[in-house]
Amino acid sequence: MSDTSANSVAFVRTEQVPPSPPPFQTSGPVKWAKDNLFSTPFYSVLTIVAAYFIYLILAGILPWLANGVWGTTSLAECREVLDGVSGGCFSVLSERWNQLIFGFTYPSELYWRPALAFLIMFAAAAPVLFFKLPRKLLIITALFPFVAYYLIWGGTIFTPILALLGVVVGYFVYRRLVAGSFAAGFFGGVAAAFVVWIIGGMLIPENANETAMLQAVPSRDLGGFMLNMMLGVVCVSLSIPLGIALALGRQSNMPLIKWICVIFIEFIRGVPLITLLFVANVMLAYFFPPGTSTDLFLRVVIMITMFSAAYIAEVIRGGLAALPRGQYEAADSLGLDYPQAMRLIILPQALKISIPGIVNIAVGLFKDTTLVSVISMFDLLGMIRGPILASTEWNGVYWELLGFAALLFFVVCYGISQYSQWLERQLATDHR
Amino acid sequence: MNKSVFFGALTVAGMAAGVAAAGTLDDVKARGKLNCGVTTGLVGFAAPDANGEWNGFDVAVCRAVAAAVLGDATAVEFVPTTGKTRFTALASGEIDMLARNTTWTFSRDVDLKFTFVGVNYYDGQGFMAPKELGVSSAKDLDGATVCIQTGTTTELNLADFFRSNNISYEPVPIETNAEAQQQYLAGACDVFTTDASGLAATRATFENPGDHVVLPEIVSKEPLGPLVRHGDNEWGDVVRWTLNALISAEELGITSANIAEMAAGSNNPEINRILGTEGTLGEMLGLEADWAMKAIAAGGNYGEIFEGNIGESTPIGLARGLNAQWTDGGLLYSPPFR
Repeated sequence: MSDTSANSVAFVRTEQVPPSPPPFQTSGPVKWAKDNLFSTPFYSVLTIVAAYFIYLILAGILPWLANGVWGTTSLAECREVLDGVSGGCFSVLSERWNQLIFGFTYPSELYWRPALAFLIMFAAAAPVLFFKLPRKLLIITALFPFVAYYLIWGGTIFTPILALLGVVVGYFVYRRLVAGSFAAGFFGGVAAAFVVWIIGGMLIPENANETAMLQAVPSRDLGGFMLNMMLGVVCVSLSIPLGIALALGRQSNMPLIKWICVIFIEFIRGVPLITLLFVANVMLAYFFPPGTSTDLFLRVVIMITMFSAAYIAEVIRGGLAALPRGQYEAADSLGLDYPQAMRLIILPQALKISIPGIVNIAVGLFKDTTLVSVISMFDLLGMIRGPILASTEWNGVYWELLGFAALLFFVVCYGISQYSQWLERQLATDHR
Repeated sequence: MNKSVFFGALTVAGMAAGVAAAGTLDDVKARGKLNCGVTTGLVGFAAPDANGEWNGFDVAVCRAVAAAVLGDATAVEFVPTTGKTRFTALASGEIDMLARNTTWTFSRDVDLKFTFVGVNYYDGQGFMAPKELGVSSAKDLDGATVCIQTGTTTELNLADFFRSNNISYEPVPIETNAEAQQQYLAGACDVFTTDASGLAATRATFENPGDHVVLPEIVSKEPLGPLVRHGDNEWGDVVRWTLNALISAEELGITSANIAEMAAGSNNPEINRILGTEGTLGEMLGLEADWAMKAIAAGGNYGEIFEGNIGESTPIGLARGLNAQWTDGGLLYSPPFR
């Protein structure tokens, strides 16, 4: 057989022909450009116009970035160095870096304290954000508020220890009473915590702050991006539980609770945040007796938390409404009481649906923290608009400073939004 | 976090709550610190530097008062206020005095119940135009487009000025001062108007300040001065006479350089009375005999403060103008120390 075939046919290829590359016109970047950029004459025109605009923008920005000046000490000096060439004056960022991050009154030798708290924050946030990490890490999360408070504000160590003690005692009372009913456990726990705080508060010596190991820093010395981060983190983490409570309260069958929640939500949503901040800063001073005042930071935290809690409550109510009635009825038919039904069946599903909305509000809230600059707190934007632009050295530097602020906020907000998309994929909320 | 912050604030508030409702002077002495309201930042008048130290023309008044009352020019807690929060901060007692380029007007004095203790800067609304426009007087501005901040008294003053001179203009309304600078530089308007000191400070930030002229007309009166609450005249007197001491010191030639020499005694009895080597002026105010000496030593006399913060040697480069001593044709006129 082999002989006949070898003789009767002039040439037999013994191996497969290697595939030749497709013609130049129909492959690679040329094809991609033809398909996507120049598929019709109209698209070709659009592509050229768009390319021209991109060129214009880059031609403006790139030299400005590349010629940027670092290391001068004033705008005038910066302009001398530039000598008429277009270029950014980035020296303001390096010279005022600490002020932009920590504000101008936080003692410079103590910068390591908020920086350390910031690093610990990642360790504390990790087990909450990524469910696959070992659950034991939640201990860090539970301790973080007290450690961070101690690091940032300093003062006597008894304050955070006592606060922690109150929480622990409250938790144990809750565990003891919750077997009877959830309400008894909850209110019993809160009452026990307050009893511990009040008794303990009397025991802390008067001058404990002066003799403390970490120097005390008053709230008004906080500033810069640190203040934005603190307000953002504290308010988001407080307003989610409060928002859940409000959303459940609004759906409650008990008229008193229902109406309190409805009025609270509708009132807060009907008032601009800036009005609430003015109330926190200006009006409350009239209500307190002269000479006493609550800490401004605390007042602002309460107002922002109330504001975002009202919005989050509405988002979660949307999630609750999206659940089929059958889920509620299934919980009832299993004989679960209300807290159990909510905790085990309703909320896990409702919260999953609400993630995009909650993240949306968290991002908005983080950006809204810059509003505190109008009540003369020196957050990042307040630092830029107030002290830095008002100094004789840097008056007139706008693009560099505001661009830097935009960059910082973009990094954080984009990170939050990417996390939420990852979380949605993990939880696969679309039931497909 | 909530409970810890809450608790921390409770203890802090508890420790701070020891302030009695006595006179402001006694409060300040007991506290050992003067709470002085300033702006959140205005070039030359008040701004913290790279080290967080407050500096400026208004800040110097705070420091002088602190030096007079407490003997220490650094014993000041600067409370930054915005245009919206300044009056409530003073009325609620959060600050003892306000030195925040605030215009002395009838309604603020009478209706808001504050006492303006004097004037530390006579300002007024002016105009700035590019040199190439070739105008030398605001009356040549017929038909010009004017960049102006909305909702301010400058807007009303501008309308009055153009109407009374029977010339027309086209306003370009603008929200903030920073925006106005950018618009003016971009050529969106021919003329930029705001307070004369603000114009000078703005011009100083331009890349080519020489290309712009500030026109000589001043179309409004803006006397800026420190103020205190109504009803505590002893405290008002302290602030008023500290300011007067700074002004008199310049008139009498007392400077921070020669004050030690002058305090040893001079043959001018008024200098001796101010510096406390003669008479009992300090005692009458409830202060030490050398109160004015400390106030002047804090930052120098009025002229030195002016030159150091906003004068012609600084980038802002304001001329003394109306703010010269009355002996030099200005409006500064301190009542006698007697």
